[in-house]
Formats: sequence, C-alpha cells, structure tokens
Amino acid sequence: MLELKDVELYYDHVYALRSISIYLNQGETVALIGANGAGKSSILKAITGLAKIHSGSMTYQGQDLTQLPTSTIVERGIVMVPEGRRVFPFLSVSDNLKMGAFTRTDKGEIEASMESVLERFPRLKERFRQAAGTLSGGEQQMLVIGRALMAKPKLLLLDEPSLGIAPKLVQDIARAIVNINRNEQVTVLLVEQNSRMALSISNRAYALTTGKVSISGDSRDMLHDERVKAAYLGGEI
Amino acid sequence: MTSILEVRNVTKKFGGLVAVNDVSFDVKKEEILSVIGPNGAGKSTLFKLISSFLKTTSGDVYFKGERISNLRPHIVAQKGVVRTFQETTIFKNMTVRETIIVAQHLRSKATLGGYFWGTKIAKEDNKAFGIQADELLDFIGLDSLRNEVASNLTQGNLRALGMAIGLATDPEILLLDEPFAGMNPEETMGMVDLVRLIRNERKVTVLLVEHDMSAVMSISERIVVLNFGSLIAEGTAQEIQNNEMVIEAYLGRADDALGA
Amino acid sequence: MNLTLKSKLLIAGGFLVFVFLFIPFFISFSGRSDFYFTLTSVALLSIASAGVWLTFYIGRINIGQGAFSLIGAYVSAILVMKAGMNFWLTLPLAGLFTAFVSVLIGLPILRLKGVYFAMITLVLTQVVTLTALALPITNGARGIVSIPLPRELSVFGVTLIPDLGTMDNPKLAFYLISCVLMVLTYWVLYRLVNSRLGQICRSMQQNEELASSIGINIAYVRIIVFAISSFFGGIGGSMFGAIAQSVYPSTFQVKDSIDFMLNCFLGGLGYVFGPLLGTFVLYFGWDLLFILDKFQLLVYASIVIILMRFLPNGLLSIRFSNLRRKSD
Repeated sequence: MLELKDVELYYDHVYALRSISIYLNQGETVALIGANGAGKSSILKAITGLAKIHSGSMTYQGQDLTQLPTSTIVERGIVMVPEGRRVFPFLSVSDNLKMGAFTRTDKGEIEASMESVLERFPRLKERFRQAAGTLSGGEQQMLVIGRALMAKPKLLLLDEPSLGIAPKLVQDIARAIVNINRNEQVTVLLVEQNSRMALSISNRAYALTTGKVSISGDSRDMLHDERVKAAYLGGEI
Repeated sequence: MTSILEVRNVTKKFGGLVAVNDVSFDVKKEEILSVIGPNGAGKSTLFKLISSFLKTTSGDVYFKGERISNLRPHIVAQKGVVRTFQETTIFKNMTVRETIIVAQHLRSKATLGGYFWGTKIAKEDNKAFGIQADELLDFIGLDSLRNEVASNLTQGNLRALGMAIGLATDPEILLLDEPFAGMNPEETMGMVDLVRLIRNERKVTVLLVEHDMSAVMSISERIVVLNFGSLIAEGTAQEIQNNEMVIEAYLGRADDALGA
Repeated sequence: MNLTLKSKLLIAGGFLVFVFLFIPFFISFSGRSDFYFTLTSVALLSIASAGVWLTFYIGRINIGQGAFSLIGAYVSAILVMKAGMNFWLTLPLAGLFTAFVSVLIGLPILRLKGVYFAMITLVLTQVVTLTALALPITNGARGIVSIPLPRELSVFGVTLIPDLGTMDNPKLAFYLISCVLMVLTYWVLYRLVNSRLGQICRSMQQNEELASSIGINIAYVRIIVFAISSFFGGIGGSMFGAIAQSVYPSTFQVKDSIDFMLNCFLGGLGYVFGPLLGTFVLYFGWDLLFILDKFQLLVYASIVIILMRFLPNGLLSIRFSNLRRKSD
C-alpha cells in the first residue's frame, strides 16, 4: 500500500533520515520504534509532504507521493495524528471532531462517523460540549485520534500517542488503536517510543537509530529481542 | 575524587507541572558525566537550573561548597561554571576570532573606561585576547576559519565554536547542551574525541545533557537518568544499560503491552 | 570597509574644515544667516540621534529620546532661571541628571526587548510632556520663557566662551559651539564602538543569553549604555533650550522621538556616522519639501518608506557597496 525506498532527508545539512526503506501492506499495523531523535517523526513528515525528501522514492497505492502537496495527500486518505495532542483548546469536543471532516464531500455521512467515533471513545461522549482545553492528556489524545477518524482515513499515521499519557491510560489508547485497525480496516503506521506497547499491538516493526533502520521484523519476535534494547540504550546491534 | 558540583533536592515546578522533582547527585572533579532521559524527562530544565538560567522552586546547587543556584548567569560563569548552547546560539554576525575575543571577557583586567581611553592595561589585554584566541582556535581545530563569519559555519564547526566560547572563559566545569544532536556518526566521533581532549588537556569537568545513546555510552564515566522529572538511576554505562527502571523508562513498561 | 588610518584622518580633517571654516565663510558671503539656525539644529539633533543609535547598538529600539531631550532642556532652563546659574555649568548637569533619570527608568524596562521596549519608550515622551504640563516648577503649558543668553565661561580668568548676550552675532557662536559638541559626541561614540564596550554591545545585540553565559553582566552594560545614550539626549535638549531661549512641554514631542529613531535608520544602524548623515538628510529633506505645501508630509513619508525598502542598511551602505564592487 505504501512503500518508501532509499529515502534521505536532511534539515540545514543535518541528516535526519539515511536511506530509509520501509513498506506497509493493506490492513497492517506497522510500528516505527526508537529513541528520541532517531528520525521516526521525520518519516511521517516525509510521507505527508511536510518535509521534502532529498532523494529516494515514496509510492502510495502505486502512485508517486513525492511531488504531491500535503492537502492532496490528505485527500487521498493519509491522515496524520501529530505528536503533542494539538486540539483547538477553546472549541468544544464536538466542534473539534467536526473540524476533522473538513475535507470530506459526503456531508450526509458525517453524522454517522461522529456517532461511531463517540461509540469508540465513550469518554468523549461524556464531554461532548466541553472545551477541548479542559480535557485530560489522555482524553485529548482520544480526541485527536477521533478527529483523524472523522476524515475517513485509509492510512492513519500516529505520532507518539502514548507520550506523556498517564500509565493507566496507555493501555486504553493501545486498545483503541487495535480496534480501529481491525474494525474499520484502517492501515496504521504507529510511531512510538514506548516499544513494549507498540510491539504488542503491531504486526511488524522497524527500529530506528540515528536516522537508519537498525532492526526490522515480526513484532512478536522483536518484543524479546535484546538488540531492541541496544537500539535505545546504546551498545552492539 | 572529590565532588566539584552538588545538586541537592532540586525541584522545579511550572504551574502545576513538576518538571524536576527532588533531584540530587554529585559531579566529581574532572569526570565526564551525562544526564539522560526520555523525551520530556526534565533534562533540559535541570540543565538550566544548574547553569542558573532558571530559578529553582526548591533545593540548591553547590559548586565547590558554594551555593550557585538562583544567582544571575554571569555570576555563575565568573565562579567557573559555564554552559554551552545548541548551535543556533552564537554571535552570528561576528567572525570566529572576534567571537573568541569577546568570550574572554572574564580575563579582562582593565575596566570599560580603561578600554575607552586605551590605557596600558587595556592595550595589553587586547593583545593577550588576540594571542589567546589564536591559540584556542588552534587547539579546537578552527584556526583555518578564524576570519569566517560565524553564521557561515557548518553544523560541526558551530558546535566546536560553541565549545571554544565556553573554554575562553577558563571554566572549571563545562555544561554541554546536547553536543551531539543532529550529527552524523563520524561528526559525533570527532566531537566525542574533542570533549575528551578538553577534559584531559584542560582539566575541565564536563557535565552534558544528550540523547544520542551510543555517544553517551562511549563518552560518559557516569550517567544520571531522569524520568518524569525524577532521578531513577545513576551509574556507569553498563549499569545503566542493565537497569530495569531505565529500560522501562525508554522501552515502556512490561504491562503497557496488550496481551492481545 | 577597511579605510586606512591616513584616509580616515583625511576624511575627519576635511569634515572639520568644512564645518568650521567653509560653512561660516559661505554663509557670511551669501548673507543667508538663517542657515545658522538650521545647521545648528542639525548638529544638536544629531547629538540626540547619536544616543538613540547607541541603544540600537545593544539591540533596543529607542523611541523615547525626546523625553530625555526635554528633561535636559528643563534642567538647564530651571537652573538658569531659578538658581541663576551660568548656562555652561548647567549643560553637563543637564546631561548627568538626564542620565540619572534614565538609569531609574532603564532598570525595569531594559529587560524588555523588541516591540515591548519600543512601545514603552514611545510612551515615555508623552509621560514627560504631561509631567512638564503638571508640575509647578516647569510652569505648565506656559513653559519657561525669556531665558537670557548664556553668560561668559571662563576658567582661571581665561575666557573660553564669551558672553553671548553682548555679541553681535550669537548665531555664529551657537553654531560653532554646537558643532564642537557634535564632534565631541561622535568622537566618543566612535571610540566606544571601537573599544571593548563596542564588542560587548555587538555580542549583546546578537545574543544576550550567550553574552551572559560568558560572564558579561548584561544588565549593567545595558544600563551604562542607556545612560550614555540619554546623556547625549540631555545635552542636545539643553543646548536647544538655550538657543530658543524658551522651553515648553511641546519643545520635544513624540514626533521628535520618532525622528531621532528615523535619523538612525536612514543613516544606517551599522555605521557610527549614520545618525549624523540621517539627521542632516531628514532635516533638510523636510525643509526642502516645504514648497509642496499640503503634500509635504505625504511625499516625505513616501520617500522615507522607499529609502527604507531599498536601502535597509541606511544611506551609508551605498558608499560601501560601491567600494566593494570596485574592489571585486
């Protein structure tokens, strides 16, 4: 469905990505794990066109992605949930969700999408009229994921959904991701620092160190791979 | 070895958020110590608290037994505790040599008035600044770029310039803010060597904040790990790599995993 | 710009000859003695502008020099009228008092940067104007008028400046004295900028955090620089009052503060002599546009905007870009 080949990216002469090659099959959940600054978020920026790649190719459903502007990429069904839970703090939960359907043309079905999002995240239903800024961190994370679902994505890019979330909510978020993938047939690319969570809910995974893929494979195997630890804490891989 | 810097129960709150929570550790004379931690662990805040660019909410930092927390930054620098910045923080319109001449401020013997009137002491100062700038640029490997405007330097050279600015103040302890961020492996190795050289030749104690793990593991004699603002581990590279608390902080907790 | 010492001395010498010999000669020849007032004004305004330029040098936009000039003018006027002091003794006192006030004001406001500092200094002129209107010692809106011309200044029986009241041509005397002050001001400014303080200012202009990390007491340097800057403002204002023989709350207004700033922009923030040239061009430019009557302000403003758009580094940058092209 999505394939990146030998992608290189740098900002002001600083290398962020070095010859990255990854692929996603339809219906999969793939995790990108690795420590801070390893280049995980840069991959998402490259896919969504927010950062221009220097060399390499990116294809999505057989089409070249590299020349497309971000707005077209979103229209094709690739939707990103950025890091840091960026909600519109003074808008209500309901209005925040409606903002997600901004690019949709099938106005009639928006109500139905809203219903399904609220069913998935009952906490959002409880706080439907509340300003988004008053929600807890975990609830805001649910809101941004919900907002992304309102755009009816085919491919959902999640950037660090567990970052700074209270430990007891991490499992809730993880469960929601699994459900979205299975029940709505959304392909998920999950960027996570929390490798134990990410590896437990994904099919395959890539571990990044300083802009390169250092380990890749089946998530179940990687969960117990000592080399993953080395990717985070230094040492021989 | 004796402690040169003592961090004692340092806490910093921003509103309701506790960024640094009751952190205590020592830095020993002439060691290289790294502070690490996952995103948002409070490393940068702790760094600013030690260099006095932020005020502590409670707790103190002592340098050679003397309290330095909550003093103004230039006074902390005068005492011998000097920080570097990430590469964007330079005097961008000055040449490399001019930058190092200014950076020797703490070596001035003349007063500002003396420099204005051009007294004998001031002239000697100016001459010495020039000689010492050349000598320092030689040491750091920037001698061929001395007349280049700082904003034209490459990433790696800017980092080295930042280091040279710090050294020009004759510090006893140098605090490095992410010295390896955004560098390729070769540049990182070069910088690791430079930091070692500074410690070995200039007898400067080094404390650094960094998230490039392979660099941290290779350079540090001791490592302090923060998570959610609290100190969770302290030890050698090997001890840190095998510490279950540290592994949890970086890789996630075992029970974050869904048993699906 | 790498002028040799010789050519620097030549330019400076030429300038002095022009100001002190050529212009008086030209004026007496043409009989246009009204030029004296214009040129004296330029000299004095350029002293105040030099101060503004110095605050720019530590990275602060100063739109408050009118306030300090007004304070300087009132200090001299009050000391002459109420205490019967010799004006020439009040001149340095006006500068010092203004500098003292600027320290009190600078302590809290110099921590601000950018538009915040600029806004506060802009308000400052208005505050001083309103204070002058309200205080009894400044005589409110009626101002202080009929100030006698400066008396003789002598040291150990040697007359340095004769009694201007008894002179045939006090205009010439004022002109020469103002030019001496202007030359002194720019000499000080040049020395400052080329001494260590200048280096420190440049470092602070570019990065205050880094400057403080290498042990520079940035708060202290800011205050010193602001005090010197205001001292120049006070001196300029004090002389202005002496020439006009009167001081009103409206002698220096917000518009003057803005003009001082524009002089610096126009001449060039990177050049010590920028404010001097800027004052000259702006002052004469305004006067020359007088013939346009009601369109004067419109045309003037348009020209200023165009100059800033195409010469962002000031008028003096033309000369140096030409030089550079030649040397390439």
